[in-house]
Amino acid sequence: MNKDILSILATDCGSTTTKAILIEKQGDEYRLVVRGEAPTTVEAPFEDVTKGVLNAVKEVEELRGRKILDGDEIIRPQKGDEGVDIYISTSSAGGGLQMMVAGVVKAMSAESAERAALGAGAIVMDVMASNDGRLPHEKIARIRHLRPDMILMSGGIDGGTINHVVEMAELIHAANPQPRLGMNYKLPVIYAGNKKAVKEIENNLKEQTDLSIVDNIRPVLERENLGPARDKIHDLFMEHVMAQAPGYKKLMDMTDAPIMPTPGAVGYIMQVIAKNEDITVLGVDIGGATTDVFSVFKDRELKEPVFNRTVSANLGMSYSISNVLAEAGLPNILRWVPFEINEVDLRNRIGNKMIRPTTIPQSVEELKIEQAIAREALRLSFVQHKSFAVGLKGVQKERTISDAFDQSSSGDTLVDMMDLDLLVGSGGVLSHAPRRHQSAKMMIDAFLPEGITMLAVDSIFMMPQLGVLASVHERSATEVFEKDCLIHLGHNISPSGTSKPGRDYVTVKLTLPDGEKLERVFKYGEMGLIKAPYTAMPAEIIPAKGVNVGAGPGQSIRTELYGGVVGISIDARGRNPFTLPDDPAERVKKLQEWSRNVEEFES
Amino acid sequence: MAHAYTPGLKVLAHTLVEKVRRLPLKGKVLVSEKDRVKAEDVVATTDLPGNIHPVNIANLLNVEAEDLPELLLKKNGDVLKKGDLIAETKGLFGFFKASVKSPIDGTLENVSTVTGQAILREAPIPVSVNAYINGAVSSIIPEEGVQIESEAAFIQGIFGVGGEQRAPIKIAVSHPDEVLEPRHIDESCRGSIVIGGSYMTYETFKKAMDTGVKGIVVGGFDYSDIKKIVGYDIGVAITGQEDISCTLILTEGFSRIHMAEQTFKLLKAHEGHLASINGATQIRAGVIRPEIIITLSDDLAGKGAPKHKIRSMDKGTVVRIIRHPYFGLLGEVTSLPHELQVLESGSLARVAGIHIYELDKEVMLPRANLEMIETE
Repeated sequence: MNKDILSILATDCGSTTTKAILIEKQGDEYRLVVRGEAPTTVEAPFEDVTKGVLNAVKEVEELRGRKILDGDEIIRPQKGDEGVDIYISTSSAGGGLQMMVAGVVKAMSAESAERAALGAGAIVMDVMASNDGRLPHEKIARIRHLRPDMILMSGGIDGGTINHVVEMAELIHAANPQPRLGMNYKLPVIYAGNKKAVKEIENNLKEQTDLSIVDNIRPVLERENLGPARDKIHDLFMEHVMAQAPGYKKLMDMTDAPIMPTPGAVGYIMQVIAKNEDITVLGVDIGGATTDVFSVFKDRELKEPVFNRTVSANLGMSYSISNVLAEAGLPNILRWVPFEINEVDLRNRIGNKMIRPTTIPQSVEELKIEQAIAREALRLSFVQHKSFAVGLKGVQKERTISDAFDQSSSGDTLVDMMDLDLLVGSGGVLSHAPRRHQSAKMMIDAFLPEGITMLAVDSIFMMPQLGVLASVHERSATEVFEKDCLIHLGHNISPSGTSKPGRDYVTVKLTLPDGEKLERVFKYGEMGLIKAPYTAMPAEIIPAKGVNVGAGPGQSIRTELYGGVVGISIDARGRNPFTLPDDPAERVKKLQEWSRNVEEFES
Repeated sequence: MAHAYTPGLKVLAHTLVEKVRRLPLKGKVLVSEKDRVKAEDVVATTDLPGNIHPVNIANLLNVEAEDLPELLLKKNGDVLKKGDLIAETKGLFGFFKASVKSPIDGTLENVSTVTGQAILREAPIPVSVNAYINGAVSSIIPEEGVQIESEAAFIQGIFGVGGEQRAPIKIAVSHPDEVLEPRHIDESCRGSIVIGGSYMTYETFKKAMDTGVKGIVVGGFDYSDIKKIVGYDIGVAITGQEDISCTLILTEGFSRIHMAEQTFKLLKAHEGHLASINGATQIRAGVIRPEIIITLSDDLAGKGAPKHKIRSMDKGTVVRIIRHPYFGLLGEVTSLPHELQVLESGSLARVAGIHIYELDKEVMLPRANLEMIETE
């Protein structure tokens, strides 16, 4: 399939909008040429997802000025100037894929099962385990209440004891869970646990559910094997869940590759990029209802990249905005608001955004409030991600003398901000901020990157389409990702360590593309910006004594820095810990100063 | 632009309302197509499977699970009374027997010889669904439920808490901009749906609950007071299951906002009439808004309900502004420029010129921040 592909059409069917992109081969490279969108048509009165898809494609046709559709058919392959060579799609319409997972030990097989489900693009409604502290009847009541799209069950290493995992199957059998969509089909259940228990699992669940057996997710304690379970989830998502949604059977016939759940596709492209460029990546997609965080970091033990995805199902900027307030607490939101505001008024404004989610900030004041909430939604989602993206727990480690001084144990987070190369933001509040400087500032405040990190945004949230494209035509997906999908904001330099306000903290020496040599000293507690384009520039970064920019405390780094549409941002406010002034008046003064220094609202 | 403006909430004096009444599980539909039904009539019923009680018999008897079959005194499917012996060990010479008794009335569903766990199930729980509104059965969903059709006055709120209620309407304030205060709630409000004006405090709601009011419809309320009613923060607007005796429906939003004149007038015209209300709100794809349905008497209905067209925003359209800085105010569309414009916040958006009545002022506002009031 990799040769002679001239054009690719890809759609992403979201809950409210269906987005289509057209990629064409121009000379020797693949580029995004146009995009179109139309309201998603899964619900009444249309109840046929393909109508929204065709409307979005029609917009693409009009914008590109060439024929792609013949009636309701997408013309394939491309003949002359008509049609496209590949058509693919992702979907998160109808609430996406909602799963329950179960395992034996909460921190081991249940966590591996959760990782497999999340990695496949699911929202995990509950994680059940023999040792989760709930009584059996409470578990049964919960399973009954949930109505998931699918259940993934795991437990036990191959050949180990089967009692606990069979007991879990008995509880599921007794609860007789019903699928979320429709009453006329059996609930898909995937068993990915101890091989020895398969017969008993079948005895309990084969008749009542649509049971699939795949390889154990945790065949031995030291190794996870998520692939087979994840692939099965994708298959069943297509066969059962999607098949229940209006119009999807038609859509499945139209596409050249299986329809992927949207977040599953985003995860896929991030893994491809991390692998091809040998970098660590952290990505976030902040939506109206949920926030997804993806990461690829190196496991210090296994020395290989590990992908993790988490979804914070109720942290978002419209439908779930009040939940951000509930979880973060008002003081945490107020600490980012650079003016004084009445608390009852702020709560009412947030409540009103929840019940009228499509409204947009008209005034600068409203925009600042919304971006303050976004910082907390991002921060909380990232906290959840860090606690989930961990090494395997329960693994015995061989320790050397030097390890005895290292406090790390199994189950430490893999997220190492000092090691992070690329931080990508997407979703309305980051992608559509009136100034890119605001997106950069929000990401710096929420994620607190350390050392040297490239900041970028996915301008039109193309990652889902590129993810599914990468599964069939990797070259075009990676080319478009690099050239059209990412908007590079520029490198961020955030030294780690504390100092005293006003003391020299870090010095940046840089040779600009025109040959001009620049040297800037940043004091502790400052933020700053060096305007520079997205081009490699020789640089030296010299931290103060005890301060780390990646090479160790007090160690300078010679490297190449890149600017971008924002430039090179310097955050000298310190890390580990990062603090804001406690006094409200002082805090407001500092927030305004930082905002001016990085040109957040005006240049 | 997928969302040039927020579709308005409906305030309709006479329309055809269709309500689907569905069982949670498959069951039996008790009415036929075209049957006339009253709101309180049961239209479908089913039995939910009884609660489950897992009991690990092997552990309790201190035996291996595989040895259980010979110790069981009951078999799968047997009816159990609370205290009935389920299993017993043989003991030593007939003494020192260990036994397990049923903790419930129900049936023995299964005993596992792998885990030693017995599943005991209580009797089924009957569940029924009523018609909710007076009307005619317009269609049957086999084994699942029915659709009821009725000519009615129909009002949508913006947010609510609490489930279905049916009671007569009582107007408690004189104007839509009046605040509903505790003094407005008295014994005459018991068992009714009280209509307030622009705002009420938590104290008013509390007094209404204590007085036995079944529902309150009011313009605005403080978001932080919702927690006092339901006991927790509502982080996502998916409501309707709250365990409260008085359903609350906000017609405009959070803070003090006049109830729309049309809404107030229509409710006033039906003072004393029975209304079916539901606070259930779901603000996601497939949006559900809280509702007030007042089915019309035959002499008012009969003439056939007018069809309601989906209207678009035009010059002269009356709109409510639904975001700061003019939140809650009403105005009229004076222009609809085609080009995107830069807002004060710096965002690009499609806008509309609005004459704000109360301020007698002309402003340009993003269309996303306008809501049409659909009255016909």
